[in-house]
Amino acid sequence: MNRIKKLFCEPKEKLIPFFTAGYPKLDSTIKLVCAAADAGADMVEIGIPFSDPQADGPVIQASSQQALDNGMTLNIIFEQIIEIRKKTDVPIALMGYYNPILKMGHETFLNNCVSSGVDGLILPDLPLEEAVPFCELAKEKGISPILLVAPNTPDNRIKNISKLAGDLIYAVSILGITGNDLASKDALSEYLNRVRENSITPFVVGFGIGSREDVIWFNEHSDGAVVGSAIIKNMSSDSNPVQPVKTFIQKLKGTV
Amino acid sequence: MGNQFKNYNLPDERGHFEKFGGKFVPESLIPALEELEQYYTEAKQDESFQDKLNYLLKHYSGRETALYFASQISEELGFNIWLKREDLNHTGAHKINNALGQILLARRMGKKRIIAETGAGQHGVATATVAALFGLECIVYMGEEDIRRQKLNVFRMNLLGAEVRPVSSGSMTLKDATNEAIRDWVTNVESTYYLIGSTVGPHPYPMLVRDFQSVIGAEAKTQFTNQSGHNLPDRLVACIGGGSNAMGLFYPFINNDVKIVGVEAAGKGLESGEHAATLTKGSFGVLHGAASTLLQNDDGQVTLPHSISAGLDYPGIGPEHSYLNESGRVQYFSATDQEALDAFQWLSEKEGILPALESAHALAYLRQNNNGIESDENVIVCLSGRGDKDVHTVAEALGIKL
Repeated sequence: MNRIKKLFCEPKEKLIPFFTAGYPKLDSTIKLVCAAADAGADMVEIGIPFSDPQADGPVIQASSQQALDNGMTLNIIFEQIIEIRKKTDVPIALMGYYNPILKMGHETFLNNCVSSGVDGLILPDLPLEEAVPFCELAKEKGISPILLVAPNTPDNRIKNISKLAGDLIYAVSILGITGNDLASKDALSEYLNRVRENSITPFVVGFGIGSREDVIWFNEHSDGAVVGSAIIKNMSSDSNPVQPVKTFIQKLKGTV
Repeated sequence: MGNQFKNYNLPDERGHFEKFGGKFVPESLIPALEELEQYYTEAKQDESFQDKLNYLLKHYSGRETALYFASQISEELGFNIWLKREDLNHTGAHKINNALGQILLARRMGKKRIIAETGAGQHGVATATVAALFGLECIVYMGEEDIRRQKLNVFRMNLLGAEVRPVSSGSMTLKDATNEAIRDWVTNVESTYYLIGSTVGPHPYPMLVRDFQSVIGAEAKTQFTNQSGHNLPDRLVACIGGGSNAMGLFYPFINNDVKIVGVEAAGKGLESGEHAATLTKGSFGVLHGAASTLLQNDDGQVTLPHSISAGLDYPGIGPEHSYLNESGRVQYFSATDQEALDAFQWLSEKEGILPALESAHALAYLRQNNNGIESDENVIVCLSGRGDKDVHTVAEALGIKL
């Protein structure tokens, strides 16, 4: 059983911080992921930087561009995950746009995921219509494809998406991009109930989540909360980001 | 030409031109694309929709546009050159054909807010124009670099009541304006119609933009027969950025025995690394919602194109062009900045027509030694737009201060 599947068998609050690979410095990610795991992160999401991140708001866009300027590539990400795996067993999902993966090739990319210790994949521009061959291959290799649903995804489609995903899906909290403001709690809980009723897998929620209160609320209405922009915002390239990030994650977990 | 084009019927139901095309977009756009496809399918069969569109094309934009036999340059080159005068359209380019079609769709769908991306500003102007015509809110995303290069078009859009939003991410050109328009659409998908300007993006856009632009080829076909006494031309030529004027000219001829040539922007030269020759130098990839051909590095990061013409300065190309290239139905050539500049002046001096720098690439191909054109061939060239918008760029390139 892969680490993600195992994690979502445990009925506990889950916090999933997001880091852009290679930001703020090329080698920051190893330290940040290990610090996050120490601080109580239940799983981490690592973003593969891309030149044209269409689903991302200004904060993650800028971090992605900085990471590319720092020289980050998919091959370096896999090398860094091998280093991370020597230190922590925290479940890791890679988040990335499809083109760099296509360029590397499905088979090579997935083999690299397996050999470096990646557990899941979040591909925001690979919807159900185009995802089947890639997802089937990923599942064959024991990697969880974490497909996305949105507030305007119809019930039946949520069901089909979760069937293809198999282990976990990711509910985008809003119609929008990362870092946007959240909708009203009423609309959100109605939507998340709909996901709960129709998904055959557990689901996490992301986009616009940034406080301890959010983390509690989303864990009551789903199986875990992803925090991205709020963490990236806490870093800057001119100082050591590890301690502030650690403190912030502890705050989100409610341990300080 | 292979038999597969006798019954050409692409894209398929999933929006694919074999391995190209499709819908590679965030999940929240899927319902919007399905809705758009449904409305478009209905509109296509609705006579009153077609009547409205034809009325506007004729009385608002001034169609049909002329097919002009360019005798001076024909004599010089030794074959017959027919210019399809899309430059004579209202707003000065073919972009209005598509903008009128899509604005009627947007109205049919009840959308009140229109967004668009623009490079050179021609599509932005066309969109601002049709939004003004129907009293709809209009926001145009434009890269800061392009805003600098095309101040005149920015002011035109403002006069038409549109808001031009500067985009400062990435290369600050068309690619980044498109990213920003997609982000806006993801966020405001329920109220907003995204009026894409070329045969790019997720299905059904490449298909519907092609269909709305096909008026170019349909008219040219009839006009050529009437004016030349021949049944069909020997060759079609059009410039390609995203590829909408080219698809518009080519599509009605796709199953005819006619040679078809697309001309990409070779910028400072194919070996310079500074060009926008996507099919010549790019590789298979996914950008802006479709699988097609891309300028990209070994890591799959999209690289920056270059062309003197802002309208061709794009690292991708419409998926149907990728398919027509791979299947061999269309041949793709390229022309450099310098060749386009020369052709710009050549047409101005010989025929009294200032072509858009985009269209000048298609004209430049006519003058290339290895173009394969035989003497006495009949060649239709799409003169996609007029060159008034480019006079500052041309003056700068010629070292003249205005």
